[in-house]
Amino acid sequence: MWPFIFKRTLVALCVALTISVLSFGLLQLSGDLAAAIGGPEATAEQVERIRIEYGLDRPVVEQFVTWLWGVMQLDFGRSYYYQSSVMDLVVERLPVTMTLGLLSLAIAIGVSIPLGVAAALMRGSWVDRLAMAIAVTGQAMPNFWFGLTLIILFAVNLQWLPAAGSESWQGFVLPAIALGYYATPAMMRLTRSGMLEVLASDYVRTARAKGLRTGSVVFKHALRNAVIPVVALAAVELGFMLGGSVVIETVFSLRGLGQLAWQSISRNDYPVVQAVVLIIALFYIVLTLLADILNAVLDPRLRAR
Amino acid sequence: MNDSLATTPAGAATRPAIGGGGWPRFRRALLAHRGLALGAVIVTLLVLAAVLAPWLAPHDPYLQNTANRMVPPVWHEAGNWEHPLGTDRLGRDYLSRLIYGTRISLFIGLVAALISGVIGSTLGVLAGYFGGRVDAVISYLLTTRLAMPVVLVALAMASLIGGSLITVTLLLGLLLWDRFAVVARSATLQVRDAEYVQAARALGCPLHHILLREVLPNIAAALIVVATLEVANAILLEATLSFLGMGVQPPLPSWGLMIAEGKSYMFFQPWVIAIPGSALFMLVLAINLLGDGLRDISAPGGRNE
Repeated sequence: MWPFIFKRTLVALCVALTISVLSFGLLQLSGDLAAAIGGPEATAEQVERIRIEYGLDRPVVEQFVTWLWGVMQLDFGRSYYYQSSVMDLVVERLPVTMTLGLLSLAIAIGVSIPLGVAAALMRGSWVDRLAMAIAVTGQAMPNFWFGLTLIILFAVNLQWLPAAGSESWQGFVLPAIALGYYATPAMMRLTRSGMLEVLASDYVRTARAKGLRTGSVVFKHALRNAVIPVVALAAVELGFMLGGSVVIETVFSLRGLGQLAWQSISRNDYPVVQAVVLIIALFYIVLTLLADILNAVLDPRLRAR
Repeated sequence: MNDSLATTPAGAATRPAIGGGGWPRFRRALLAHRGLALGAVIVTLLVLAAVLAPWLAPHDPYLQNTANRMVPPVWHEAGNWEHPLGTDRLGRDYLSRLIYGTRISLFIGLVAALISGVIGSTLGVLAGYFGGRVDAVISYLLTTRLAMPVVLVALAMASLIGGSLITVTLLLGLLLWDRFAVVARSATLQVRDAEYVQAARALGCPLHHILLREVLPNIAAALIVVATLEVANAILLEATLSFLGMGVQPPLPSWGLMIAEGKSYMFFQPWVIAIPGSALFMLVLAINLLGDGLRDISAPGGRNE
């Protein structure tokens, strides 16, 4: 077990390093940084001074090592636009994105697991067909459009919930639905197929033959086994949702990381962009690592790979 | 956006389909499988709309008419048959823009899927065929690619290079190859030791012959299914990028851009976002139905979800 965890962690670290090279490369691609910081009115001498002050006259490799060294100490440099440390901006915005991500995940789990179980138990019934229909439409719904539709329906017409803002919990409900809906189909399908597989297995048949009640068989024996891969998938989906927050936070004007990233992209504020890309990628890497380990702990066959 | 297929622990939905059957079998399956038939009909109609746009569109999609702005669709009291779906904020005919928008969505979907298909299938086939170190390197590339938040990276790159039809298509083509690689790899693993491949090796056939003539045709069915789903994925992502202002630029009638342009009017005239949004939803839904249906009929054993 431990060699597997060690190997996977090592790969995850390498991936994280590769991503950090890529996000640093992003900054280099954005053209003459000193001129960008100085703005259109800066004179040649001012640009030169900025170049030296920000260390932009150094070789690229040296700049990268300096940047990476800073990142490892949680220092992502300074924002061009806000003139404050990128880390402060991130710390300020992260709680909103995490709240949104976890709430979306809770909604996705709350919908997909009961629905997947019901679909498997009543295979071929209207419940199963409804679950399939939800899965198929969920995959086809553009999430920004779904978000706008929710705003029109629940915030403007019914006036149940606010359309924007992250000041109160009500502001998170609609965005979490819009973001969570997207993760539902995959988790629902996995729950359904897992349940079908487990229900057909020998130990469930034995449990049934022992005369255990159906409820006890389904919830104590079958669900516990079927739900484990779904939990692993949920971790991965959370990673995707943090990445998808850029769209939903923009639609609902939530002051989170995603909105910060989008605004920084529009302002050419690349230190912030590369920090957010890296942070979201790191979350994803850690979450998939946890999912891999969880799967391997539960299914020894996977460790051999 | 949602790469769950690639990360599903058991690769539940990626069962490679082996075995031909040709057109008669496809026609029979088309008639028997309602989802597939519905998807095929809608996709055919929308492809026809894209091809025949100049003859179908009642007006020039770029012609502005400030005297005729924000005319509601014909089912409203103030609507008229001159503009069946109304006009936008610049007085351009909405139906004509919608019809021409089909071209943009289909172009980006098809070309991006083609590019990512070539990249992903090549990597996947090589990884599956050679295994060992080649597989390790390609799997590492895949893990790294999966850790990058697609929307965020695409947004940042599009803003660096400058958003346009071509940049968006290329970016999506370069980003969306992961599922192709996963499926091509696992399908190749299944056929690499098949007798006909061994025979070709024993006959001393050159490598490109074995890969292109023996392996590729036998994994094509699985790749076509992925291609369908990836076309849908690329269409959704293009709409998202255009909605956020970093994709296709005005005055092109991209559906995502139409939703972005209608956003400030949506509270009083919800149809401005409802019409392009529904079109997008319908197109993506139809392509997904087609893809799911193709998977069902090509996988022996039918629906195995």
